[in-house]
Amino acid sequence: MTSSVSSATITLEVLRYRPGRDQAPAFQSFQVPYREDWVVLDALNYIKDQIDGSLSYRWSCRMGVCGSCGMMVNGTPRLSCAAFLKEYYPATVRVEPLEHFPIERDLVISLDDFMQKLPAVRPWIVRQDDRPLDAGEYRQTPAELDWYKQFSMCINCLLCYSACPVYELEPRFIGPAALALVARYNLDSRDQGREQRQEIAAGPDGVWDCTLVGECSTVCPKDVDPAGAIQRLKLSSALEWVKNVVLPWGRR
Amino acid sequence: MVEPSEHDILIIGGGGAGLRAAIAAAEMDPTLDIAILSKVYPMRSHTVSAEGGAAAVIKPADSFAAHIEDTITGSDWLADQDAVEAFVKEAAPEMIQMEHWGCPWSREPDGSVAVRPFGGMRIERTWFAADKTGFHMLHTLFQTSLKFRITRYDEWFATRLLVEGGRCQGAAAIELRTGRVHLVAARAVILCTGGAGRIYPFTTNGAICAGDGMALAYRAGVPLKDMEFVQYHPTGLPPTGILITEAARSEGGIMINKDGYRYLQDYGMGPPDPWPRLRAMEMGPRDRISQAFVHEMRKGRTIKGPYGDVVHLDVRHLGEKKINQKIPFVRELSLHYAGIDPVRELIPVRPVVHYMMGGVHTDVWGATTLPGMYAAGECACVSINGANRLGSNSLPELLVFGARAGRAAAAFAREHQAINRPALITQVLDEEYRLSRDFLRKEGGTERIATLRAEMTLAMEDGCGIFRDEAGIRRTCERLADLRAHFPRIALDDRTLTYNTELVTALELDFMLDAAQAVAHSALARAESRGSHQRTDYPKRDDERFLKHTLAYRTDGAPRIDYLDVVVTRWPPAERVYGR
Amino acid sequence: MSPYYRPVRFDWWRKRRAYTLFVVRELTSVFIAGYAIVLLLLLRRLAEGREAYEAYLQWLATPGMMAFHIVALAAAVFHSLTWFSLAPRAMAVRIGERRLQPRTILWANYAAWAVVSAIAAWMVLRA
Repeated sequence: MTSSVSSATITLEVLRYRPGRDQAPAFQSFQVPYREDWVVLDALNYIKDQIDGSLSYRWSCRMGVCGSCGMMVNGTPRLSCAAFLKEYYPATVRVEPLEHFPIERDLVISLDDFMQKLPAVRPWIVRQDDRPLDAGEYRQTPAELDWYKQFSMCINCLLCYSACPVYELEPRFIGPAALALVARYNLDSRDQGREQRQEIAAGPDGVWDCTLVGECSTVCPKDVDPAGAIQRLKLSSALEWVKNVVLPWGRR
Repeated sequence: MVEPSEHDILIIGGGGAGLRAAIAAAEMDPTLDIAILSKVYPMRSHTVSAEGGAAAVIKPADSFAAHIEDTITGSDWLADQDAVEAFVKEAAPEMIQMEHWGCPWSREPDGSVAVRPFGGMRIERTWFAADKTGFHMLHTLFQTSLKFRITRYDEWFATRLLVEGGRCQGAAAIELRTGRVHLVAARAVILCTGGAGRIYPFTTNGAICAGDGMALAYRAGVPLKDMEFVQYHPTGLPPTGILITEAARSEGGIMINKDGYRYLQDYGMGPPDPWPRLRAMEMGPRDRISQAFVHEMRKGRTIKGPYGDVVHLDVRHLGEKKINQKIPFVRELSLHYAGIDPVRELIPVRPVVHYMMGGVHTDVWGATTLPGMYAAGECACVSINGANRLGSNSLPELLVFGARAGRAAAAFAREHQAINRPALITQVLDEEYRLSRDFLRKEGGTERIATLRAEMTLAMEDGCGIFRDEAGIRRTCERLADLRAHFPRIALDDRTLTYNTELVTALELDFMLDAAQAVAHSALARAESRGSHQRTDYPKRDDERFLKHTLAYRTDGAPRIDYLDVVVTRWPPAERVYGR
Repeated sequence: MSPYYRPVRFDWWRKRRAYTLFVVRELTSVFIAGYAIVLLLLLRRLAEGREAYEAYLQWLATPGMMAFHIVALAAAVFHSLTWFSLAPRAMAVRIGERRLQPRTILWANYAAWAVVSAIAAWMVLRA
């Protein structure tokens, strides 16, 4: 299923790294057919299928929802299934693994750090009492849903970590996507776990590490606005502090 | 091989069914040692792409009987009625459980869960989270699973099930990061590896849907059931095959041909008005709507697009506000991948391979014919979907039967403690040797993986598409046999160990050829038309001979085909009527 | 077979325009601090008497100090505008069932700024 074949081509420079063989990553150039409706991922698949089967990268859904195929495309973190060649043609397209992550092989980065931080923010509904199933669903109005909905759209593609200079300089920073999940659950009317998440969210590697560069929200392919989530967490934990310290009789 | 690991339950596949199974087992017995092994991180699993919704009876006007009857009618009476009954009754509590775990369901103004109509259903009963239902369910399940003590083997690829003493006792798997082959032993194994849509050229399925679990079970001697039933979703977006959800129609969208005519009224689904109307026109079942497309194409009434024939899906009359609120992903995908704004323009669509009704043969508890081995989700066939699955039944299916399989496997694991570790180690060493001999160290290969894969998908489309006949299916069977014979001649460019994704694609092709052969030979043997299996040489349903499940067993040559009676309890086969 | 760690670039702020703008925003504080010193000097000169004060005024009129003031004003405006444009991110305001549009929050901030400035101007200028 391809459109009419033309002879136009486009050059892809792909950062390659084969552990045990390469001392350091280096770019390799590939000429691939240029098609108006191709995304960068299509070009990579063409390379793997027809030119060099040893090129490694992750992908699956090719519709921007599985979050596998994040890469640096000409220096910007993008989902390669959503970055069209026509945005760059006829210029060369430079593809690199997501920045700020260790490179396992070619375009495959290590997710270990994120996968360890994820459970630390307790991204699940916390309740003091579990509602029995036969009591039916919790009531949640469309407005209450709207309150956290945006922060529930994160696909864990990690483009935001690649865009965050704080994460590069301070890798212990919990980071945009995981903190957006803190906001997502804190703001859910069904949740009672805000205090449990506070220690990590407002702790030494939490929201106060963020200097509000705002690039996480710019590169987010799902408009999650992690920078906004972090600012809201800062505001609420500052208010919390005021309540506890300035007006200690007001709480507990 | 390095240090072998051992668990009570090993779940292969970390999508919706696998995560649900893991949580069910962990809740039933917190002392159990449970592991999920998946070739991708759980949140990458293909459940993520499900869009429109998940059916369960919750509203007062609805009833279990109605959902059961809709499902059985939709299945063209090939579903097992005891399974459907269990499914419908457990779907509601499962969906409420999802709500309690935080799934962001769309709501009514009073805060109760909202439902929308869906194809082939007589009443609105489909829960939805806008049109990213699968995405939200998967992330809710995954994030909830982090609460439990569940070991995860992320990015490990199972290549062989280990059968010892007549029991499944684990799997051999490649750790993709290191390329090492490991033994992961277990007292019970649950397969939750999803579908096999990638055996076709034009599919909604992600790259990972390669029928891995079906082939693993098939090779372990377990039959594949009803594999000839392949669902074409009527509204795929060319050229990618990206799904435009059925919810676009259930919210009021219509399908028109090149003359702007709502052609479905010509194929027993009319009259067109009043609209929207349940179980009629665009709200008919997927098999019928996809078949109508082929008829229209033959009459020359489809539109010639740059990527072949299409019809138009029109949602313009819904207005921008409703589109943004109810089907925002449809707009996002159309804009991005087709450059079309559904608010103002018609969406070009054509039928696209979407779902395998068939799969690993299981009973209503997810147990296969091999003790200690279970299956759930799309890779399994219980069967509740029969010859045609109704839209929005697959998400509750993976919850209900994922949970059932999890509990059944937990009970089995507690009763069968012994693991024959030395024998399993021998098997894994043997598997490691096979992978090295046939792939990593093999010299002299000439065939490119992509070439064989493309040939396989075209053979499937040619002979096992929406309409089939004996001559066409036979040709497909021959082409597949030919590809099977050529497969040992594939050439790998990559002989390294770290993230050798080329080795993975080779092994996936190997699995897909098994699944494809099972589909083709099952289709060849079923000399009738039922649901999604339409034989032009046998255009009628034949309950006399074929009110039966097909069972395909793997042999060294063509699969051996056998049959199993359908369980009919209270709903005797009748004519399948829509529109009226 | 260990992964490759790319070295941290210490000129990271040059990598992307947004990073550079961010650093510029942070650096505007230097000019604000400089302006504070100028004000402190004013207090000292006032305490020293009329002559010192007039010398101070002459100093302010020099081209160098004029340039400094223009740059400091630009820095303050730049910081204020970028800060206000971020405000809707930090504040999600809900009134009843409705959530305020980011634009509304943005303009409310500007409005508050204008009101506070007007009050300050009135206090300073009424005499």
